[in-house]
Amino acid sequence: MLEMRAITKRFPGGTLANDGIELDLRAGEIHALLGENGAGKTTLMNILYGLVTPDEGEIRIDGRPVTIHDPADAIARGIGMVHQHFMLVPVLSVAENVVLGQEVTRGPQLLDRAAAVRRIRDLAERLGFPIDPTARVDQLSVGQQQRVEILKAIYRDARILVLDEPTAVLTPQETREIFTVLRRLREAGTSIIFISHKLDEVLEIADRVTVIRRGRVVGSRRPAETNEAELAELMVGREVSLRVDRGSSHPGDVVLEATGLRASDDRRHEVVRGVDLVVRAGEIVGIAGVAGNGQEELVECLVGLRRPNAGSVRLGDRDITSASVDGRRDLGVAFVPADRHRFGLVLPYSVRDNVVLTRYAEPPYAGGLGGFMRQEDACEADATRLIAEFDVRTPSAAVAAGTLSGGNQQKLVVAREFRHDLRLMVLDQPTRGLDVGSIEFIHKQVIARRDAGVAVLLVSAELDEILDLSDRILVMFRGRIVGSFAASEAQREKVGLLMATGEART
Amino acid sequence: MTWLRHAWRVATIPAYSILLAFAIAAILILVSSVFTPTGFDPLLPIAAYLRLLIGAFGSTTGLTNTLVAAAPLMFGGLAVGIGLKAGLFNIGVAGQFLVGAFASAVVGTSLAQAPTVVGMPAAMLAGAAAGAFFGFIPGYLKARTGAHEVVTTIMLNNVALLILTWAVNDLVRAPGYSFPRTGEIGLAALPVLAGRNLHLGIVLAVATIFIVRWILDRTTLGFEIKTVGLNPDAARYAGMRPVFITALTMTLSGLLAGLAGAIQMLGVIGFYAPGITAGVGFDSIAVALLGRSDPIGILFAALLFGAFRAGAPLMQIETSVPIEVIDIIQALVILFLAADLIVRKVFRVRAEKVQIREMATVTGSWAGPAAGGKAP
Amino acid sequence: MDILLIPRLVWELLVYLLEVMPDLLPIILALATPLALGALCGVLNERSGVVNIGIEGIMLMAAFFGYLTGFALHENIGPGPAVVAGVVVAVATGALLGLLHAWLSVTVRADQIIAGTMMNIAALGVTGYLNRLIITPSGKGGAGVMAPLQLSPELTGFPVLGPILAMFLNQGPIAMTVIVFVLVTQFALFRTRWGLRTRAVGEHPRAADTVGIDVFRQRYINVVVGCAIAGLAGAYLTLESTGAFQNGMTGGRGFIALAAMIFGRWTPIGSFLGALLFGTATAFGVVVSVHPAEGDLGALLKAIPTYWYAALPYLITIVILAGVVGRSRPPAADGVPYAKEGRA
Repeated sequence: MLEMRAITKRFPGGTLANDGIELDLRAGEIHALLGENGAGKTTLMNILYGLVTPDEGEIRIDGRPVTIHDPADAIARGIGMVHQHFMLVPVLSVAENVVLGQEVTRGPQLLDRAAAVRRIRDLAERLGFPIDPTARVDQLSVGQQQRVEILKAIYRDARILVLDEPTAVLTPQETREIFTVLRRLREAGTSIIFISHKLDEVLEIADRVTVIRRGRVVGSRRPAETNEAELAELMVGREVSLRVDRGSSHPGDVVLEATGLRASDDRRHEVVRGVDLVVRAGEIVGIAGVAGNGQEELVECLVGLRRPNAGSVRLGDRDITSASVDGRRDLGVAFVPADRHRFGLVLPYSVRDNVVLTRYAEPPYAGGLGGFMRQEDACEADATRLIAEFDVRTPSAAVAAGTLSGGNQQKLVVAREFRHDLRLMVLDQPTRGLDVGSIEFIHKQVIARRDAGVAVLLVSAELDEILDLSDRILVMFRGRIVGSFAASEAQREKVGLLMATGEART
Repeated sequence: MTWLRHAWRVATIPAYSILLAFAIAAILILVSSVFTPTGFDPLLPIAAYLRLLIGAFGSTTGLTNTLVAAAPLMFGGLAVGIGLKAGLFNIGVAGQFLVGAFASAVVGTSLAQAPTVVGMPAAMLAGAAAGAFFGFIPGYLKARTGAHEVVTTIMLNNVALLILTWAVNDLVRAPGYSFPRTGEIGLAALPVLAGRNLHLGIVLAVATIFIVRWILDRTTLGFEIKTVGLNPDAARYAGMRPVFITALTMTLSGLLAGLAGAIQMLGVIGFYAPGITAGVGFDSIAVALLGRSDPIGILFAALLFGAFRAGAPLMQIETSVPIEVIDIIQALVILFLAADLIVRKVFRVRAEKVQIREMATVTGSWAGPAAGGKAP
Repeated sequence: MDILLIPRLVWELLVYLLEVMPDLLPIILALATPLALGALCGVLNERSGVVNIGIEGIMLMAAFFGYLTGFALHENIGPGPAVVAGVVVAVATGALLGLLHAWLSVTVRADQIIAGTMMNIAALGVTGYLNRLIITPSGKGGAGVMAPLQLSPELTGFPVLGPILAMFLNQGPIAMTVIVFVLVTQFALFRTRWGLRTRAVGEHPRAADTVGIDVFRQRYINVVVGCAIAGLAGAYLTLESTGAFQNGMTGGRGFIALAAMIFGRWTPIGSFLGALLFGTATAFGVVVSVHPAEGDLGALLKAIPTYWYAALPYLITIVILAGVVGRSRPPAADGVPYAKEGRA
């Protein structure tokens, strides 16, 4: 019922995001679009939804060519989309979010709230999940928010439903629930495009799989006729080892110890509610958890970016609860922040200035007039060394960090933080949005530091990354540590259940 | 020659913006001439602009006046510029200028008989300190509470005007004059270097341009200011204290604005009276934006607007075109800088962007705590 | 030191306030009117995600062009119609400048704070220029004003209710209808399709875009309508309140209006209360000089120089801003231009 023919899109700057992509979707099928981050899946779907105008190509629906200028066109043609980053207005209610753009009104303007609430309740029951239409969206869990997104599409009578990385933020349990909803929709005749880079999920849910690499279709398979290894090779273009060789750990003395830590988020809600944790020298401790369960605030307390409401943080035998960011850094604490654009880099600054961002006031980077003068030569030398050591692809140390690719920006942050005199590394989503090669590189670096005796605390929304790297796994749920596993006994399902419910068995 | 090419690339949009502003203002002069007793005169804009040029550059007096008018604009432009570098938009230069002028007048009066080497620096320091204090208030409030400086500094402008009027009426009014004013500053005045009024303040202004440039480019303080302006979160992560830098930069900004008031007082006006002009306030904003908040850019922009201010009276006397046309031209220049799209379309140029990146931080902190505000 | 001084002062203040109430209340609304209208402009702009610090300049220009119209026409068509024409022109001026601000903020994606600054400087320039060129040389003055309604003394003399009635009805037409504007805007913002879309666009424009809402259009409408209301505030200053124009006569009201908006947490009713608060501060200074208090209170109030009373609203603005910001949350996309990436 949907055909996309020879779709090509070139972005300013020359990136060829889509290069003659062909895709067709049959009525009542779940069609998976598989590819790495940056392969062009999202661009293709944004073209379908009218958010991006293609340079070339044709879209046909029911055999007739159509042009889709904007989302309004897409909606009118029965296309619905669940974006990777939810397109929900946090301060509005579920009902308001669902009807937005196609409001139920009495007269031309007056909103009919009661009717809207009724219709949404009916719709949700039909899809098999209960939801409170009057709840504010920012009070809902991520899984519930996703349902609101699906409701939005179905409310608009979508016949074609696109889901962009729908499981990236879900627990395994929530993923299974969403799969049930998708199967139910398929039975009702909805065609579904399912974007993912997770092989097992694709094999489980899809009727057909199309693999995209660097903006081109590299293959199309039926799940029954293929396997993970083949799909992985198609996706990445070479055979990859899917697991890092972690080796064994030899934990030493306690380096980081947090006791009874409590902290609030920016809206002054307490989101860290009594966390105790210990990280020893030479071990990697991973914190698993669905995003938004207080991990971010916990990490900020540990590195000195947020003041805890209660509790203490110790580094070795020193109490560092109220030490400043640079005070902790002087004691050997490194921190790779989750959001490199917000915390990690000053994008308009040169690579050189970013390399010394955290040590600009120390010798040899500053000196003269009581340490008041910056020493550019020392900065330059340091930058040149790190660029080579960490293989940061940049024309020179003088170009702005903002001109580098995401992977190289992340490597720049990592390079700066991975100094030699480290005691503790706090890594928050260290590989988010990176290609496989860069991920491998950074994982190897982390393990090397661990083997050199550094204590590592790893926070990641990717359960696989946690399972692959950690020697010990803690599960965080609603501001508390609800479980602890040694690497050998951590099973995906068990950890996932804890992440989702906070209880070992329900 | 490469530096010349670089200079042109940087200056293209500003130069064309000025050209375009004059063109639009010419249309306004033409249209509005219909409503005057002399009636429509197609040559009026040319006549007016010619007088403007002659008034600013046509004689030694004109040139001197240009430099004298440019000096406080350099200080004021630097005040706005250094604020912008830290992501702060100080539109309270007018108020800081007034308290600076007042303080230097009061100290200057009391040291009127002392040797110039004592009285003049003391009066300058008083102006700087008063301005710094008046800049510290909004800086502290922004850092501690997130109250946006765009509103607080404007409010403080009005407060300064009223409180100083009260002070000169009730506290320091000099006897023997028919209107409230401070006394003579005598020997505390800035020495005249040449001609009738080419005073030392001009040299001080140019020197300050290079001092501020040195601070921003070569020192750790400058690095901190720029980092806070470009990315306050990253500054916090890097171990800087955005709260402290915000308060400090606003204080420095006020200090520079206070110096603008001081040199104007000690070099030109000579006494404080209610209603002394604080036009330097808004002019400084235009100067800083035109100079892209870069000290060297500010130097040239201040000279340019100084020339406008110096030439405008002659224009008004001889062609009856009101001097407010300069304000209009200023606004138009800012308009074309903000919407450089227009300039690119009209002149078909491809040149470096003139947008000041730190404005994103200014606007981003609107009505919310500065990103650095939640530091522990 | 008299230990009863403080309680006595408080008691005297209460008595004094009750005494001057009939005078105070109408002045409060009169002084709050331009602030409330300006704050409504701010609410409409910022709820849709556009920061507008040019309200001050828009008010000033509207005040001037409204006045100019009344000034030019009142000999030809009589004072009444001339004033009405003046109000229409003032509102149109506001709308037109709103169109400019919307174009700069939405289409050109210029920095909105710079755009507002430009507006303020331009307003001083244009009004000063034309004032010197046209109005001053003519030697004539006055465009006439819209006369306030006068309720009968029996009605206003009614205890408690009387002064409140007078507050809202012993006013010119613009001040009288402010409350209507406030209530209508409040209702529209939270109960209509337009209001829902406005809030969505101000909080998460991309989400609104993906459900087919034209973000640009929504913002244009809000900014233009808001600025038309600011134009009405300008008309109030020249055509209802004073009947004359002076350079820079807005005197920071556009910025106080923004403070009232923040105080009111971006809601019309809250902003109105904020405007009343600032109106009260100013009105108090006025009433104290007209009706001096007696006793210890009188001595105290007289000891404070009049200039300090005049500075009071500005100081209160600063204090309120410092106290309220951080506890209230602006619309999430406030001041952020929206870009439709990748679309032709």
